[in-house]
Amino acid sequence: MSGTALRISDALVRRIQAHAVEAYPHECCGALLGNDSEARREILDLVPLANRRNDSPRNRFEVTPEDVQMAEKKAKDLKLEVIGWYHSHPDAPARPSEFDREHAWPWYSYIIVSVQQREPRDTKSWRLRDDRAAYDPEAIESVAQSASI
Amino acid sequence: MAVKVIIPTPLRPYTSKKESVELQAATVSEALASLTTLFGDLKKHLYSDDGKLRSFVNVYVNDEDIRYLRGDQTPLREGDILSIVPSIAGGTQN
Repeated sequence: MSGTALRISDALVRRIQAHAVEAYPHECCGALLGNDSEARREILDLVPLANRRNDSPRNRFEVTPEDVQMAEKKAKDLKLEVIGWYHSHPDAPARPSEFDREHAWPWYSYIIVSVQQREPRDTKSWRLRDDRAAYDPEAIESVAQSASI
Repeated sequence: MAVKVIIPTPLRPYTSKKESVELQAATVSEALASLTTLFGDLKKHLYSDDGKLRSFVNVYVNDEDIRYLRGDQTPLREGDILSIVPSIAGGTQN
């Protein structure tokens, strides 16, 4: 488990889950906007994005560099930064696959939502280890309301 | 040539939190080699085990993707700005 818990409001978790259900049976994806410091990592907004893997959207997602830059601009306009990404695993557990690990960046929080038969199940967060060997689970600290942005 | 490399947020923990690094290089390949010599821990995140730039690492020279130029052999001019921009990918195993 990585050191600092990831703070996120219940409302934002519900928005991620709703996006995952809407996209089902395809994978959804989006950017997590917030603040990061040694004391706290907190998500304060989302940027839902289109899954660009049109060839295999049921078991793959992709965010293009253009979409990454667009999300970074939105974050900057809100005086936030992109601190991670979310995606869904339709009819699969909310844990990273080997394919996820091979394509992961360090530092980012990766939230995965499991959707089983159109119902959101587990929502978990993960961070890649420095040596890229594996992901560590990141505790989610659910809060009733985020600080205003 | 003196060029500037913009470091994306997820890689800044490996560049002493620097947002950009200035270095001397004649090509993109030289610039990235110099960067990973200065900051050795970057290498495993930029390159796969076979020494190729990872597929989700995108490099731009003055906002143009090097895939549409001459790849990592793209020549650099004084004052060029290289940006390393992530793409994000993943999915279930099957």
